[in-house]
Amino acid sequence: MNEWAGLSDLVASALLIGGIKAMSHPRFAHRGIVLAGWGMLIAVVGNVSVYSHLAPATWLWAGVAILLGGGVAWLTSRRIAMTAMPQMVALFNGLGGGAAALIVVTELLNPASLRGLTLGFGLIALTIGSLSFGGSLIAFLKLAGRLRHPWRFRHQNELHLIWFGLIALLAVGFFTLPQTRDLTPIFVILAVGLGIASTGPIGGADMPVVISFYNALTGLAVGVDGLLLRNPALLIAGTVVGASGTLLTRLMAKAMNRSLGAVLFSHFGATLEKGTGEAEASKEMDLTDAAVSLAYARKIRIVPGYGLATAQAQHKLAELTEWLIHKGVEVRFPIHPVAGRMPGHMNVLLAEAGVPYELIQDLEEANPEFSQVDVVLVIGANDVINPDARNNPGSPLFGMPILEVDHAPKTLVIKRGQGTGFAGVANPLFTAETTYLLYGDAREVLNRLLAALKSL
Amino acid sequence: MMLAFVFLLAAFTGYEIISRVPALLHTPLMSGTNFIHGIVLVGSLWVFFSARGPWAESVAWLGIVLASANVVGGFVTTERMLRLFRAKRGEGPPGE
Repeated sequence: MNEWAGLSDLVASALLIGGIKAMSHPRFAHRGIVLAGWGMLIAVVGNVSVYSHLAPATWLWAGVAILLGGGVAWLTSRRIAMTAMPQMVALFNGLGGGAAALIVVTELLNPASLRGLTLGFGLIALTIGSLSFGGSLIAFLKLAGRLRHPWRFRHQNELHLIWFGLIALLAVGFFTLPQTRDLTPIFVILAVGLGIASTGPIGGADMPVVISFYNALTGLAVGVDGLLLRNPALLIAGTVVGASGTLLTRLMAKAMNRSLGAVLFSHFGATLEKGTGEAEASKEMDLTDAAVSLAYARKIRIVPGYGLATAQAQHKLAELTEWLIHKGVEVRFPIHPVAGRMPGHMNVLLAEAGVPYELIQDLEEANPEFSQVDVVLVIGANDVINPDARNNPGSPLFGMPILEVDHAPKTLVIKRGQGTGFAGVANPLFTAETTYLLYGDAREVLNRLLAALKSL
Repeated sequence: MMLAFVFLLAAFTGYEIISRVPALLHTPLMSGTNFIHGIVLVGSLWVFFSARGPWAESVAWLGIVLASANVVGGFVTTERMLRLFRAKRGEGPPGE
């Protein structure tokens, strides 16, 4: 390695690590990503400058690849709605895992490379990267709503264990029989397949934790690639992401009161019966009545959920909030740590619509106040307000901290249809004495509600 | 051996730098670290430049495409999310 590449790796590593550090503080978060962006640029330029003697055609091909991958990603990620960000993270993470795996495949195609310890590193990176690729793709499809039903059957974990055993067996073959290298495609297919199969049974509510987990895995795969290629930039940046990603995954799981093991292997909601009876027992409320109960309230709490995101109703909601505040109503937004598809999802949406930070409450702040407010308006939230999490030990949600909306004297719920939440669990709140349902697309309902309020 | 030390220290560093993260930054931070493992692009270019033979070259080339998508997509999504925090800075307590 030449000195310039070494120096650029040093500077880049400092910028990337500093970037992550800054991104964990709200005040410096934006500066963090800009810092990391410069770090990345320095790392790429510094490392490829070593190859300045290569033929122009090679450079051209590399440039075409960068423009192709980068261009498509640039166009999609700029255009995509803020609400679809979570699945984009899953998608780009999967591609990174795929790239980490392809590095190893390329090395394996050269019969002279990868022996002993480096072969071990290679197979680890290949397995982890492929797992992350397959798993993230399934997570992407689930979040994008293209894959609605988790697939589950008996002895699924055992099957996955045997599957993993096959991969390990093949790995042993790579060490003992040189011809095994010809089976590299099968190795990749097995590992990608295991990622797909093991993510399939995981239910929607656990998806944020799963994506964070795969993010950490891709980081680790990249770090191990760094060991293999003896490249400090890959080694440091990849390993740092692997470690901080693991911690972040644990923080997210903790916010949902779940352990990582339970998320990955206990298959959320596998044992419960689907929600029934809601349609018979729930009460609908007419929009004018709903407008009246909002207009004459002193204190309102608005609980947003994924329904707000799918309907792109955040701007309408901001408008409604402004009107209510103007009329002297106290409005606050209690946000559950995992409301929406990702932790922080709702905060990002409300910030986009211009709802001030001061109006947002966290779980601990909001829960003691529900009994003292007049009305709670729930917009497309379900699992995070399910009282079964507190009351029913048989519920798969049992033990998860929830927003205790059921303590409020009156609850209005804007809901798209009569189905269950993302976790597929029945919600007794919807059939409670004090709950009234407003069926429809969140934006449409809010729009008509605002019109009704203005005409009162 | 030197590399093993670097690996160990990097792992500790990663674990220590994000000890306390407010929930509202969980998603942006995940997205940010997703961008950072896009450093894999350096590795993809590296193996492409040293690859011999049409198979190795094609596989490495595909790797560059995937890695570039990771870097660019990771940066744009994270920057878009965090811009919202920058716009609000100073208007209220940022949740510390």
